[in-house]
Amino acid sequence: MSTNSRIITYAEALNEAIYEEMSSNDKIIVLGEDIGEYGGVFNVTKGLIEKFGKERIIDTPISEAGFAGAGIGAAMTGLKPIVEFMWIDFTFVALDQILNQGAKMTYMSGGQTKVPIVFRTQGGGGRGNGAQHSQSLETIFAHIPGIKVVVPSNPYDAKGLLKTAIRDNCPIMFIENKLLYNTKGVVPEEEYTIPFGQANIITEGSDVTIVSISRSVQICENVIEDLKAKGISAELIDIRTLVPMDTTTVIESVKKTNRLVIVHEAAENFGWGSELSSIVQDVAFDYLDAPIKRVGSLHVPIPYNLELEKEVLPNEKRIIEAIEEVLYTKVGS
Amino acid sequence: MDIKFIETEKEDYNITKQKAELIWSKLTEIRYFEETSIEAYKQGLLGGSLHPYIGQEAVATGIGEFINESDYMTTTYRGRGHALAKGADPFKLFAEMFGRIDGYCKGKGGPMHIANNELGMLGANGIVAGGIPIAVGAGLTAKSMNQGQVSITYFGDGATNQGVFHEAMNLAAILKLPVIFICENNLYSEMTPIKDSVLNEHLAERGLAYRIPSYVVDGNDVFAVRKVAKLATEYARNGNGPVFIEAKTYRLLGHMFGDTEIYRTKEEVNSWRDKEPLKQFKRKILESDILSEEKLNEIEQKVKNLIDGAFNRAKESEQPSFEEVYTDVY
Repeated sequence: MSTNSRIITYAEALNEAIYEEMSSNDKIIVLGEDIGEYGGVFNVTKGLIEKFGKERIIDTPISEAGFAGAGIGAAMTGLKPIVEFMWIDFTFVALDQILNQGAKMTYMSGGQTKVPIVFRTQGGGGRGNGAQHSQSLETIFAHIPGIKVVVPSNPYDAKGLLKTAIRDNCPIMFIENKLLYNTKGVVPEEEYTIPFGQANIITEGSDVTIVSISRSVQICENVIEDLKAKGISAELIDIRTLVPMDTTTVIESVKKTNRLVIVHEAAENFGWGSELSSIVQDVAFDYLDAPIKRVGSLHVPIPYNLELEKEVLPNEKRIIEAIEEVLYTKVGS
Repeated sequence: MDIKFIETEKEDYNITKQKAELIWSKLTEIRYFEETSIEAYKQGLLGGSLHPYIGQEAVATGIGEFINESDYMTTTYRGRGHALAKGADPFKLFAEMFGRIDGYCKGKGGPMHIANNELGMLGANGIVAGGIPIAVGAGLTAKSMNQGQVSITYFGDGATNQGVFHEAMNLAAILKLPVIFICENNLYSEMTPIKDSVLNEHLAERGLAYRIPSYVVDGNDVFAVRKVAKLATEYARNGNGPVFIEAKTYRLLGHMFGDTEIYRTKEEVNSWRDKEPLKQFKRKILESDILSEEKLNEIEQKVKNLIDGAFNRAKESEQPSFEEVYTDVY
């Protein structure tokens, strides 16, 4: 990492990425709700309208399908739109445009049409926002061919991955996390990008591999600190992008630890953890000393009550239980 | 602001021989292309469903005359007529419909998803209103480029009941984009009469609701369509914002090939056969003595030969290789 680093928030890191890319590419426009004068409800687009003007920072009506489609049409004809969905839950209103249109245009046109668009949004629970403002929907997008899925867990990754997303040439679902916006981290002042499909080994370890994304990475970090004190060495991998997915790093790690726990906030049932689990057992079955465990949200809508919500989302207790199961041992609480 | 009804006057029918030849050539090209497609479908050359445009040719022909290659266009699965009116090559259209490598999309799009970048064809669409916001986005590009391009979007009456149609129109209105919304009201939304699906007498009222200048035109009269097309394209090209056109027309065949058409009577269909666009045009041209019947027949024969040639060549086109499965995904 650079010598000229500062500590900034996840929201500031994202803002910098957009600001820098817009400064060097005048084809970039931003579309979304309350992103102009207001600066976005999570301040990610703060100050952009002052710098780039109303022609490029376009406040839209509350018409997710309409402005998603307009973004796609603009992308197909030479602009580079960054479209913000205020909450990932609202993407459901625009799924035809995102998945039937944007994700399929390049294929259906036999490669003539590129759709260089970044859909930025945020998901996740833990704030008592209830069932329609707390979901983790990355699996939905990862399931459909034609769209890449990015899920940054910290300010450094947020900036580097967003810059890569903006420079890419296909639709990207860039999923931020509402509880990460104010978290801080070291971000260099110098230009950098982070390639897609490259997982980040956050902590090296030898007893068990834990794979996670987004805010769940933080929870896992707390857990492995606890485990360390108890003599258990866990390797924590942040997968960073679901499409493309760096399965190589995960498999190499499993070959070393022989045990795998996958943690995500998306519902456990039919979640991406099941996909990764299937890939690992397919490729590295002989290396596994225990069945792979998944820890995700319970298969219920996210309840409003904060105490109930804590039980529904993956928490430290459930992650530790999963680790105990793959290690065939009690680590205690 | 009110809906404007396009009334044709004597002078609207006063066109040059050359213009009449071009119009007749395009009308017959679309008609015969569609008839040939049905034959191809019967021969098993196509997959999926085929949605013929027969009876609506005046709309694409009349609009097509006033748009350029550099203008953008989206359409629906009933869109080969629009593509031909924008200059598409019948050979590449057929090849795409047969799923062949020489098709516009290498056989990976098919009749419902024909697209061509060079002609500004952003894609036919399998979702009735799916292309409308995309055309609005192309309008955003056109506005930012500031070179007088327009973006046109063709859709049917049924699409006006999908939410995204309304979202897209409102967006085009507030951003003052050069988008021309062309609703081809052929009276049936798939198999359901539009009168059972909406209480508005004129779908143009829906354009008006967003403060977009909205016109109603006889979509079977190519002269009337030309008149509104000229007005609309000039208005949009000059930076005045979007325009909405409701072209009242009639789908002479079913929603798709094989449709039982139990929702309408033979008498109704027959009554429209007399009003269909090719007949109407021919009648007017002969009445006003602009072209002779022989000349019209000669043009028609020439067009048929070209379409037959394209059809036969397309049948010979190669299948895409298996590797094509994995290309163009991202």
